[in-house]
Amino acid sequence: MTKTAIDLPPKGGFSFDLCRRNAFLESQGAKMPKFRKTGTTIVGLVFKDGVILGADTRATEGEIVCDKNCEKIHYLAPNIYCCGAGTAADTENVTDMVSSQLELHRYATSRESRVVTALTMLKSHLFGYQGQVSAALVLGGVDVTGPHLHAVYPHGSTDTLPFATMGSGSLAAMAVFESRFKEGMTKEQGIEVVCAAICAGIFNDLGSGSNVDLCVITKGGKEYLRNYQQPNPRSYTHSKGYHFTTILSSKIRSLRNHVRVVEGDAMEEE
Amino acid sequence: MRWEEEGMKQNAFIMGNKLMGSNPHAFSLIMPSIPITHTQTPYVTGTSVLGIKYKDGVLIAADTAGSYGSTTRYKSVERLRPIGQNTLVGATGEMSDFQTILQILDRLIITNAMFDDDNTLGPPDIHSYLNRVMYNQRNKLDPFWNTLMLGGVKNGVKYLGNVTMLGLHYVDDHVATGFGIHLAQPIFRNEWNEDMTLEQGTKLLEKCMLVLFYRDRSAINKMQIANITEDGVKISEPYALQTKWDYEAFSNPTVGNEGSW
Repeated sequence: MTKTAIDLPPKGGFSFDLCRRNAFLESQGAKMPKFRKTGTTIVGLVFKDGVILGADTRATEGEIVCDKNCEKIHYLAPNIYCCGAGTAADTENVTDMVSSQLELHRYATSRESRVVTALTMLKSHLFGYQGQVSAALVLGGVDVTGPHLHAVYPHGSTDTLPFATMGSGSLAAMAVFESRFKEGMTKEQGIEVVCAAICAGIFNDLGSGSNVDLCVITKGGKEYLRNYQQPNPRSYTHSKGYHFTTILSSKIRSLRNHVRVVEGDAMEEE
Repeated sequence: MRWEEEGMKQNAFIMGNKLMGSNPHAFSLIMPSIPITHTQTPYVTGTSVLGIKYKDGVLIAADTAGSYGSTTRYKSVERLRPIGQNTLVGATGEMSDFQTILQILDRLIITNAMFDDDNTLGPPDIHSYLNRVMYNQRNKLDPFWNTLMLGGVKNGVKYLGNVTMLGLHYVDDHVATGFGIHLAQPIFRNEWNEDMTLEQGTKLLEKCMLVLFYRDRSAINKMQIANITEDGVKISEPYALQTKWDYEAFSNPTVGNEGSW
């Protein structure tokens, strides 16, 4: 009888094996690599016919803006989109992964994806990684059961809300929402409120900036409005470039002739 | 007059001793057997104060909560106080330090009145004085754990500013402290304008106080608004705002996905 080792499939979720080693290394002074955060303002709002998602477009690496015009509204399904705040790599990869899973699920079930499916996939993945996947998401979409808006937190909890904000600029955006939100707004009113909220984040939060991206999802389809508003233009540019006056005359004088050594030794010339 | 100045200095010294005691660490300075420590954390705290200038004067609003850590211990704390004829001070942070500051300001006003020369201290003077008090206290590494807001009108000039516990001071057309910086300033920056009437200004402050009640855990729905004009300081009685909790998504959040949350 041969003894075979049974190869169990990896269970998934966060593996804590290296945590002690990392903590030890950090205490010895090893520097953890800096990651690109999207220090952000992302918002979502439910209006009469669907959902509007909004986001700013600044990505930061520590104190530097590394991408002035990044895309924070990610595709999950034709009728479901997701804004992401937190570590850019985490939000990108988690939404990509769930988007592929949803597509396979659509083929298996021959139905349009539902928002709660995406929600459940996201939350169980994030919970399994115990908050180490730093992705805070605003998930919105319209399916057969109606419009839905959810906020997903890095540790895996979720909220179902009529309006939601996430990211470093969430307080500024929430202030605008709390004072202006009404149930059953029209598309134009909704877009106005979402833009105001994102602009509040752009101008009052240092982690957010540049332009406003929008995505309006209704039963009929979606409108991805990239750079819907650009409230931070480069004001001091010249379309033809700058050029300066031509040189009128030039005169070169050798200064050495003016220096006479009166006392001491002359400096050695090199 | 020189002898008056000497008297003032003596008074200041006596006042200083009475309020803060002669240096309790006098012996430790010579022979420090234990490290000198001061209180580093606040205990009973007040949350944000909001202020705006409007057409006829200055409006300042604050709620009446005194939190003890995570519990709302005192629900009728007056965090807005008139100083002299033309000024109002509002405080965020440790309430005991605010009470000490009020005593210091009281002494300032009385001493100034004793000169009996028809000169009253206006908002800029009190602002400057408070800045000195806060900065000097911070330099002793024992700050007054407050952010103070100061507003008033004197001789037609409207004045509104802040002093923080580090001694940072500034003036502006609309200011906020605490959570108000994050939640109310964005709204002020969008919606404030120079010629607001009393109604418009009150509405704007109430809108921001409502957002703070929804989103600041130490705020309560009981607030006071103070109106300072050339005629003086009027602080309203505490009142509550109308709140809205009956959104459809709040009453039935799991429609379409029973069992979720």
